[in-house]
Amino acid sequence: MTEPGHIDQQDGRLAITGDWTLMHYATLKHQVERLAQTREPSPEGIDLARLAALDTAGAVLLMELVGAGPLAAIDDWAPDLPATRRALLRTLGEAMTDNRPPPAQPTRPLRDTLARTGQLVEGLWQQQRQLLGFIGQVLATLAATAWRPGRWRLTSMVAQLHQTGLNALPIVALLTFLVGAVVAFLGATVLRDFGATIYTVNLVAFAFLREFGVLLAAILLAGRTASAFTAQLGAMKANEELDAVRTLGLDPIELLVLPRVLAMMLTLPILTFVGMLSGILGGALVCLLALDISLVQFLAILQRDIPLEHFLVGLSKAPLFAFLVAVIGCLEGFKVSGSAQSVGEHTTSSVVQSIFVVILLDAVAALFFMEMGW
Amino acid sequence: MSGSRASRNDAPLIRVRGLANRFGEHSVHEDLDIDLFPGEILGVVGGSGTGKSVLLRSIVGLLRPSAGQIEVFGEELLSLSARDRSRVERRFGVLFQRGALFTSLTLQENVALPLIEHIGLSRADAEALARVKLALAGLPGDAAIKYPAELSGGMIKRAALARALALDPEVLFLDEPTAGLDPIGAAAFDRLILTLRDALGLSVFLVTHDLDTLYTACDRVAVLSQGRVLVADRLDVVAATDDEWIHDYFHGPRGRAAHEAAHPVEEP
Repeated sequence: MTEPGHIDQQDGRLAITGDWTLMHYATLKHQVERLAQTREPSPEGIDLARLAALDTAGAVLLMELVGAGPLAAIDDWAPDLPATRRALLRTLGEAMTDNRPPPAQPTRPLRDTLARTGQLVEGLWQQQRQLLGFIGQVLATLAATAWRPGRWRLTSMVAQLHQTGLNALPIVALLTFLVGAVVAFLGATVLRDFGATIYTVNLVAFAFLREFGVLLAAILLAGRTASAFTAQLGAMKANEELDAVRTLGLDPIELLVLPRVLAMMLTLPILTFVGMLSGILGGALVCLLALDISLVQFLAILQRDIPLEHFLVGLSKAPLFAFLVAVIGCLEGFKVSGSAQSVGEHTTSSVVQSIFVVILLDAVAALFFMEMGW
Repeated sequence: MSGSRASRNDAPLIRVRGLANRFGEHSVHEDLDIDLFPGEILGVVGGSGTGKSVLLRSIVGLLRPSAGQIEVFGEELLSLSARDRSRVERRFGVLFQRGALFTSLTLQENVALPLIEHIGLSRADAEALARVKLALAGLPGDAAIKYPAELSGGMIKRAALARALALDPEVLFLDEPTAGLDPIGAAAFDRLILTLRDALGLSVFLVTHDLDTLYTACDRVAVLSQGRVLVADRLDVVAATDDEWIHDYFHGPRGRAAHEAAHPVEEP
């Protein structure tokens, strides 16, 4: 009974035999296409009496032999076919009679490449404009709510502090500790040739107080928290929760963005401080084990050579980085549209943008502080 | 409609016996029996929280029931190996409540996906077949290259139906197909289900709240209540059953209106 479908040609008549089902689609399609080269689609001479099994895939192939219009009128030319078969073929013919395939899009490689480049540049420009606009909105909302303690979302902010701050503490401490040890090893290796290994202490302290403490903490938060903000707000957007917030007469920026931004601005300086400490601790451990510089000696050198201003320079960057990372994360969340792909795209974009902004600003700040002699 | 095709003498395609679903302390189903016969459209109704969707999910294998037997095409679904299950489940088509179309794919790619993955058709062939399924589900030709986000709720339902029909399933599961559609769209969808059932010889397991769907499309109606099937029979028998919920459901204002719409001559 499961004989694959076939077209028997005899005296100009086409006898349709066997199973015309999805399983045999490839071979049947081949036969139908070969016939279609010499023959216009028409029901003439087609004999369906020996057709065994039929499903929609087979019916589609028959339609290519017969044409959609005649297929819809199957009752006229194949009245002997079982009623269910005719119903399938008729329904298919009717559905396809006025159905135009979508127009094929012409591809022009050069033009398309240029167009894509243009779109990309335009997109980048729009992104910066949107970011600036959003920063303005956040600042305006902040100014509006700052003097009204009744509208501060303290609960929400504490929850965010917990998630973005406390939960990130172990990973920040561990990573800065390891990087501190690495920097100390590098310093020890290079400075050994000059007999100046003692300056490894200064190197580690300088690096972590001015740059690495805040930079590593900010980059970690960009990867860990900006992405979380984007995904949270994006899912809310996709679920129309943001629209609901608006129609309830509430301000999504006040309700959702400000607690996140403020929590980040409190969190990052603390994490930066922890990062500085554990980075220096990593360096101190390497000094102790590899260079025989005791902890007491290490601390004495710190006190003697490193003025407080390095610590302040490093810490002063933290709130700014935190603000930008949080704002970028939230904005990308707002830009999500319904699809799963869009959530992915915007999460990626939020992490890339926030890390980029952090490193760019850090470079600018380094130049600025150097010129100022701080 | 040719609804009397469902004959009680046929062996049921799906036979559920003694099904129980418990979530912790909370029991949704206890000792539930239900049958789906070849060629019939079975409407499953019940108040909110009576476990209609849970029942559907346990039959299609998305949820492992706590106890009971689910026999599908004469095979015990729960005792099959993963590979055999996949083979059985390929004979199911499922339309989820909100469509569950893949948002990153166009409609024709959505429908072509199972054809490419399971049958191994070439992409061009699969997409050509997919366009036919979309047309069968009543979508215009140019919708094929659109993304789900560009469509209205009714079109999403139709496209999801086309995907459910992609592999020519024998049993179609519909979870509230007309929810969220306007009355005209819902009526058109009911007709579409009837047409496709007659053309493709489907058996349909239809979870719904929509009284009009029950009156126009269903051959039999099963009422879920208190964790089991209270009654499963022809609509007039069910409507006459002595139960408070059934009475309120079929003889409330909406029930009467749907009944009158379906039988305009009976009531002078």
